[in-house]
Amino acid sequence: MDWIDTLLIPAIKAIVVTLGLLVGFAYMTLAERKICARFQLRYGPNQAGPFGIFQPIADALKAIFKEEVIPKHVDKWLYVLSPVLAMAPAILAFAVIPVGRPIVIAGRTITLQLADINVGLLYPMAVAGLGAYGIVLGGWSSNNNYSLLGALRTTAQIISYELPMALSLVSLVVVTGTLRMSGIVEYQAALPLIVLQPIGFLIYFICGLAETNRSPFDFPETENELISGYNTEYGGIKFALFFMAEYINMIVVSALVATLFLGGWQGPILPGWLWFFIKTAVILFVFIWVRASLPRARYDKLMHFCWKFLTPLAALNLLVTAVVVLILR
Amino acid sequence: MSIVNVLKGFYEILKAMAVTLKYFFTKPLTVQYPKEKIRLYPRFRGRHELQRRPDGLELCVGCGLCAAICPARAIYVEAAENTDDARYSGTERYARLYEINYTRCIFCGFCEEACPTGALKLGHEFALARASRGELVMGKETLLQPATPHAIILED
Repeated sequence: MDWIDTLLIPAIKAIVVTLGLLVGFAYMTLAERKICARFQLRYGPNQAGPFGIFQPIADALKAIFKEEVIPKHVDKWLYVLSPVLAMAPAILAFAVIPVGRPIVIAGRTITLQLADINVGLLYPMAVAGLGAYGIVLGGWSSNNNYSLLGALRTTAQIISYELPMALSLVSLVVVTGTLRMSGIVEYQAALPLIVLQPIGFLIYFICGLAETNRSPFDFPETENELISGYNTEYGGIKFALFFMAEYINMIVVSALVATLFLGGWQGPILPGWLWFFIKTAVILFVFIWVRASLPRARYDKLMHFCWKFLTPLAALNLLVTAVVVLILR
Repeated sequence: MSIVNVLKGFYEILKAMAVTLKYFFTKPLTVQYPKEKIRLYPRFRGRHELQRRPDGLELCVGCGLCAAICPARAIYVEAAENTDDARYSGTERYARLYEINYTRCIFCGFCEEACPTGALKLGHEFALARASRGELVMGKETLLQPATPHAIILED
């Protein structure tokens, strides 16, 4: 362990992860617009470059060069801070996800994972939980009825989905016996965990939809009733940061689903990182597919569903898993 | 919320998502307009076209029936006598001034029905955006031009 191992390699990895997520975000917006369009028998953006591949660049330039507007009635300090609060945890959460088989460069084994911490599973949950502060504070500091309602719904939502989500992951930990991400991926060398934990997978996926504020659970921003909810008062690059947070969260949740339930980078023939990419992309497609198919639920229905159905189901799942694991051991 | 209801709902969601997935693999309906032509039915009512006789004289006799029936009062006709020196139409009178105001016209086609000589036809030209309102009041010089709409006219 010298300075290359402790400093240089993590630094390079951190830069690659951040840049990768930002590029991923940019093209995620394009992919969402194009795929959503195809679901509605349209083409989507196709004018900027071939197949519209320069559309995200045009959007980014537009967002950056927009006039900086800070309304008079807002709590300025929190108003400016909250997009960052929403954005930073989204990127941070990706740090523990292994994207491929460890590679060897010049005699050094490099894991394709920013940090293989021993509470790897806990970390993205904790960090993603912080992301909700960005939305809540953004809605509150805007000093606007609609924003505040959006923020309130976020809080209602977060206390509903966090519990079944955590419970579904606990049953996963019971099966694998480790919280370490690399350990969980190695466990799935033979069999992806979705086979052993189909209910856990479903619960986690539904909660993932709620966590990323995606349709049908996009209550914080419900365009029709709340005029974009928490981000009503935001414009330009500050709005883009909220937008980024949502999409990067989506990528992170998809990557987590791919890692925890679909076997991560494990897979035959193709290189590990490609498997990881394909699995994440499939989950992202399902995210967009759900958005194109389902209408928005009501937020009391989500709370009802989470508290009265998902939480008991997740607890039951955990119980059964624990008993089975105990018997088989 | 019984288990049966939830399972039923889950099944319904899967069914709904199957429907949307079917459309994902369907060709989009969008017409890439300037690159592709719009498909119009033959009875589509676009900009008016004043017709001429085969010998080149105008069919319009300036009777003003079109202006009379127009529910939007979009048509203004002023008739004048043909002379031997200046002959515009085959009959005694012709339309000295024939203006249609396209800020008012509703493309109902009553004028076409009212026209006794078949001089007025609603063509297929649909690209009627102009830079000013004045340009939308079109006179004879425009209306006599047969339009070339950027469209494919379908069979009836």
